Amino acid sequence: MKPSGNILFCGVGGQGILLASEITAFALLECGLDAKKSEVHGMAQRGGSVVAHLRFGKKVFSPLIDPGQADFLVAFETMEAVRYLPFLHQASRVIVNTHQIAPPAVATGKMIYPADLLSHLTSRGIAVYPLDGFGIARAAGEIRTANLVLVGALSTFLPVEEEVFLEVLKKRIPRKLEENIAAFKEGRKITA
Amino acid sequence: MTKVSSKNKQWLSGNEAIARGAWEAGVTVASGYPGTPSTEILENLSSYKDVYTEWAPNEKVALEVGMGASFAGARVLVTMKHVGLNVAADPLFTASYTGVRGGIVIITADDPEMHSSQNEQDNRHYACAAKLPMLEPSDPAEALAMLKQAFAISEEFDTPVLLRTTTRVAHVKGLVATGKRKMGPVPVAVEKAPAKFVMLPANARMRRRAIAERMVRLAAFVETFAANRIDQGDRKIGFITGGISYLYVKEAFPKAVVLKIATTWPLPVNLIRDFASQVDEVIIVEELDPFLETHIKAAGIACTGKAKIPAMGELNPFIVKKALGQPTGEIFAPVDIPPRPPNMCPGCPHRGLFYNLGKYDVFIAGDIGCYTLGFLPPLSAMDSCVCMGASIGVAHGMDKALGEAARGRTVAVIGDSTFIHSGITGLINMVYNKSMSTVIILDNRTTAMTGHQANPASGSTLMGEPANAIDLAELCRAIGVKHVRTVNPHDIKACKKVLTEEIDRPEPSVIISQAPCVLLPEERKRPKTPLSIFVDNCTGCGTCVHLGCPAMSWVPLTPAEAKKLGKKEKQKGYARISAEMCNDCGQCLAVCKFKAIGKAEGTK
Repeated sequence: MKPSGNILFCGVGGQGILLASEITAFALLECGLDAKKSEVHGMAQRGGSVVAHLRFGKKVFSPLIDPGQADFLVAFETMEAVRYLPFLHQASRVIVNTHQIAPPAVATGKMIYPADLLSHLTSRGIAVYPLDGFGIARAAGEIRTANLVLVGALSTFLPVEEEVFLEVLKKRIPRKLEENIAAFKEGRKITA
Repeated sequence: MTKVSSKNKQWLSGNEAIARGAWEAGVTVASGYPGTPSTEILENLSSYKDVYTEWAPNEKVALEVGMGASFAGARVLVTMKHVGLNVAADPLFTASYTGVRGGIVIITADDPEMHSSQNEQDNRHYACAAKLPMLEPSDPAEALAMLKQAFAISEEFDTPVLLRTTTRVAHVKGLVATGKRKMGPVPVAVEKAPAKFVMLPANARMRRRAIAERMVRLAAFVETFAANRIDQGDRKIGFITGGISYLYVKEAFPKAVVLKIATTWPLPVNLIRDFASQVDEVIIVEELDPFLETHIKAAGIACTGKAKIPAMGELNPFIVKKALGQPTGEIFAPVDIPPRPPNMCPGCPHRGLFYNLGKYDVFIAGDIGCYTLGFLPPLSAMDSCVCMGASIGVAHGMDKALGEAARGRTVAVIGDSTFIHSGITGLINMVYNKSMSTVIILDNRTTAMTGHQANPASGSTLMGEPANAIDLAELCRAIGVKHVRTVNPHDIKACKKVLTEEIDRPEPSVIISQAPCVLLPEERKRPKTPLSIFVDNCTGCGTCVHLGCPAMSWVPLTPAEAKKLGKKEKQKGYARISAEMCNDCGQCLAVCKFKAIGKAEGTK
C-alpha cells in the first residue's frame, strides 16, 4: 500500500462526514504520517452537498485534493458519489452508501432521482463498493454508526493496521463503542 | 494520540490553532462577532481558563472593546470574517493612530469562492489603507506561530496587527506544535495618555507622523523577519506567494525556488528585489486581487501575476499548473444530476413565515442568516440581500421611492442576531422618517447560521453564563414602533392574518416571528411525534411539498399506478414524510386541505 494518498468524503450536510474523516485522519497520524484535512462549515452544512478533503503522506502541502487526484471517495449518499466524479481517476476506489436522499428539486417533483447512477463510475473503470450503510449499522445495533461502516470499508485500503483504527475508536468514540466497533468491522468485511 | 502528542503536536484547525496561540500569547480579553470562517476561534478560546471571551453585538463594538482592553494593558484578540471588518473599519482606521498598550491582533477571516459569504472582498487592502501591518499564515501550524509573533510586533511597533486567514487556513486541520502560556510584558492598569488616545485633530496630526515613522521601522523589520523566507530550488521561475497560495505553489512546482511572504504589509521590498534579480522570471501567485503584484510592480520590479493566475475564486494546485501551462491530465467531465443546494432544516420556523410571505405582492428585502435560504425554490420569497442589517434600510428606501404607492408593498426580513448587529439603527430611521414598511424579525433565540452562538437576545453568554435577554418587542416600542405583534410562524393561519394586517398598515410596524431553532440542544432533546401522510386522502395537490421541507418528498405515479391506488388516473403523485427527518412542526398539517396528514404512532 502506498504511504500517501487522497481521500475525499462527500455526502449531505448533517450525515456525519466530519466524524468519519476525523477518525480516518487520527488513524493515519497514529502511524506517524503527516496529514491535512479541509472541511466546509457554515451555510453549505444546511442539507447541502458537503465534502471533506483528507490528504496523507510523508509531508503534505496543499490541503485540497486536485481534480483527478482522489484515490478514494467515501460517499455517504449515492448521487453525491457521482457529483464528485471529476475528482476521480481510473484507479480510484469508491465506497458508496446506497442510501438515497432526494434533493429539493426531486422532493418537489420538479426532477427525478436518476436511476443507475453508479454506472457513471463503473463504466469508466472505477472500482465501486456499494454498501447499505444503514442496514448494516442497524444490524450492528445502532443505526447512527453507518459512518463507521463506511470508514471500515475504506480502512482495508489504507496503510494502517486494523488494531490502530480500533485504538482510535476506543479513544475517540464517547458512546456506544461496541456498536461502533461492530459497524467498523462489518464495513471491513465488504472490502477485505 | 500517543505518537502525535509525543512530538508535542496537536491536530488542530486553523481556528483552533489561533485560539491556542492566543492563549499561549497571554491574551486575557477576546471579543468578536460570529462569521464563517472565523467563528470557531472564540468558541475554542472560551474553553481556555484565564481568558475572558465574549460575543459582541457586532464587529465595530468588538474592536472598540479590544481597544479599551489594550489601553488597559491587556493582550487582546478580536475576531471577525472579512465583511465584519467593513463594520469595524471605523475604529480600525483610528486604532492605527492611537496604537496600543497591550498588543491587539485582529483576525480577518476571508472567504474566497464565497462558500458562506455575500462577496469575496480581499481584505489585504485594509492593511495598506489603514497603515497597519498584516501577517498571513499558510496552515494551522503557522497560524499559531504567527499569532504569537503578531502580538510581539503589536507592542514593539505600537500598532494593532491584522492577521488574515482564508477558508482553507481557518477550516483546514493539520499538525500544530504547541507551547506554554506566557503573559505579555505590559502591566494591566489605568494609565492615561491623552495625546495618544484622544484623537482630536491636534493630537491626531501628531499621531499621523508617528504612523509614518512606524511604517518606516516596520519596512526595515520585515526585510529580516524570518517568516519571509526563500525555499531554494530551480531558478528558471521564481515564485512569490503567501498565505494558502504558497502551499498550492509547493504542490504544483515542488522543485521551483519560492519566496514566501508572511508580512503581506508592509512588503519586504529589498528582499523581493534581490530575489527577482536571481531568477529568470518572477511569477506572483495569490488568490483574489493583484495585491502583491501591484505593490511589487510599483517598486519597479518586473513580474507576472494576474495576466496568468485567475483573480476570482479560490486557487488550487490544479488551477496554478493549468494557468502556467503545465500538463494536468485528463479530467472526467461532471455528470448532469440534480443540484443539491443547502436548505432550511425540517421543522425550521422560518419556513412557515416564508411560505406565507411568498403569497403577498411585496418586495421582500432580506438579510444575512439561515433565512437567506428563503430565496431558494420552492419558497422563492426574498428579493434582496446585501449585508448585515441592510434589509431595513432597503425596505425603507424602496418605500420612499414608491411614495404613496408604497403602502403594502415593502417588507424587511431580518434575524434576531442580525437585527441586534445592525438592524436597530435602520428601524430607528424607519420610525423617524415615517416609513410604511413592515419589519419581520425572525426570532429563533440564537445565531443559527454560524452554529448557534448566543447573542444579546439569547439569555446567555459565550462563557456559558446566564445574561439579560433583550425583549425585542419592548425595544421596538421604545424606538417608537406603535404596532408590534408577536406570532408563532408554525401557526400558518394566525401568522397570515397578522401579516395581512401589518403589511397593509400605512405606518411602520414590526412582526416578531418567534419560535426556537430546531437545532438548539433543548429542541433536539424534545420528544417528537413525526407526522405522516394518509395516502388514501392525498390528492397530490402538492401544497405541502411546496413548503420545501427536507422531510417531505413527492412520490410520482403513472396513470396505471394511480388507478391501482384507487385514485384518479390524472393524479400525478402523492406526498411522503420521512419519519426519521420530521420534527413535528405541523406546518404541513396546517396547509393540507384534504386531511391527508396526521400524527404517526409513537414518539422519537
